[in-house]
Amino acid sequence: MIAIGGSAGSLAVLAELLEQLPISIDCTMMIIVHRLRNVPSDLDRLLSLKAPIIEPEDKQPVLRRRIYLAPQNYHLLIEDDGTFSLDYSEPLHYSRPSIDVSFTSVAAAYGPRAAGILLSGASKDGAAGIQQIIAAGGAGIVQDPATALFDTMPQAALDRCPAAQPMNITEMIHFLTELKMSAEHDS
Amino acid sequence: MIKEISNEELGKLVRLIHRQYGYDFSDYARSSLKRRFQRFMDHASMEEITELSDRLLQDVTFFEHMAQFITVNVTEMFLDPLFYKTLREQVLPRLATYPTIKIWHAGCATGEEVFSMAILLEEAGLLERSRIYATDLNTVSLRKAEKARIPLKCMKDYAQNYLLSGGVEDFSNYYTTDNEHAVIQEALRRNILFFQHNLVTDQVFNEFQLICCRNVFLYFNRLLQDRVLRLFYDSLDPLGYLALGLKESMMFSEENIRFDSISPVHKIFRRKS
Ligand SMILES: C[S@@+](CC[C@H](N)C(=O)[O-])C[C@H]1O[C@@H](n2cnc3c(N)ncnc32)[C@H](O)[C@@H]1O
Repeated sequence: MIAIGGSAGSLAVLAELLEQLPISIDCTMMIIVHRLRNVPSDLDRLLSLKAPIIEPEDKQPVLRRRIYLAPQNYHLLIEDDGTFSLDYSEPLHYSRPSIDVSFTSVAAAYGPRAAGILLSGASKDGAAGIQQIIAAGGAGIVQDPATALFDTMPQAALDRCPAAQPMNITEMIHFLTELKMSAEHDS
Repeated sequence: MIKEISNEELGKLVRLIHRQYGYDFSDYARSSLKRRFQRFMDHASMEEITELSDRLLQDVTFFEHMAQFITVNVTEMFLDPLFYKTLREQVLPRLATYPTIKIWHAGCATGEEVFSMAILLEEAGLLERSRIYATDLNTVSLRKAEKARIPLKCMKDYAQNYLLSGGVEDFSNYYTTDNEHAVIQEALRRNILFFQHNLVTDQVFNEFQLICCRNVFLYFNRLLQDRVLRLFYDSLDPLGYLALGLKESMMFSEENIRFDSISPVHKIFRRKS
């Protein structure tokens, strides 16, 4: 499971990541980005130019080789039985979906078979989540703050967990391409 | 760093609460329930789960405080405005054909959804012959709902939602203000009844033309969702309507064959007669 979180300034990076990844990538991807509420968003269409993007509903099974996008106004969690759970509780860091909530859930459900990637953003959401993913044996990657449009989010993650690895986009793509070949990260 | 609650610890906690206080959370969705307990422990500055269980064994007030916290009571008026627009355009004209219209809001929290419905009915000229039953598990929320006091700072967003739902009146006519609150007009509330009903343990209590149960279902596991769907089926008129939250689905339940989907996007269903 590859979980990607981003906020302000992350869309272009996300689009580029998806654009450049090999089509055959053999794992599940889950994207959590902060969006304006009650504004119908073109985000899923924007991102789904290359691969179809699914906004999961409550209890929908998590399938491989799919890209999921956390819906607006809900936190996105994963159950032990491999299904999504949506949660309508209060926003965290003024955000719903919150990256921390999803990353923490991914850490619990996937342990070492998870990678978390945190992109540009102007909030501190995601730092605690990256920490959980790393603590559970997964990989924690953070967009190099020097390359991020807004560096608060990646910087907060690096400050909070020194084990997180800063990377630029090229390095991330390389990392993900390698990752897909390693058997222990394949679900 | 917050420590994860294990499935075993969660099971113990749930059994303790059931034994001690009679509330059964065993068929709630695990991931979000765990998160609620974790957040509550954080909020109560507790590090160990044993600390929490010890306290729960001794302190009723503490339990009530916790129950209030873990049953998520987040809500807003005209949440998902296009859902309300669909109700106005497709459902209310059907309801208008009944001499008395009975509506059940299951899991109404502090009532914002119920007041929104009352406004729709009023504008359609149907409020007078409607009876709205609004229920929740959480009695603290119900007491708040009866007072109909809504934080004033939310009203700007709600007015915006109201407009998007197709409302053309002056939204501020529907409430008076006192300091920090908007108080929903009493006339709008004349046919609303708030009372406690637990979807896990309580039974059918009437027959309705419309049931709204939005953003409650997602706290339940599939087993409990199926059970509650059967309860709704039995509580609906033949051809009665059921509305779920925008991201709640019947697709993963075997009960779905007993309902027609009227609006897949806005999650409005209709009981098959
Ligand atoms: C997130 S709120 C939804 C409020 C409103 N329906 C809305 O969509 O804005 C969920 C509500 O479900 C209630 N609830 C949870 N478990 C319940 C149960 N077993 N029976 C009845 N209500 C329950 C909670 O107390 C809470 O008020």
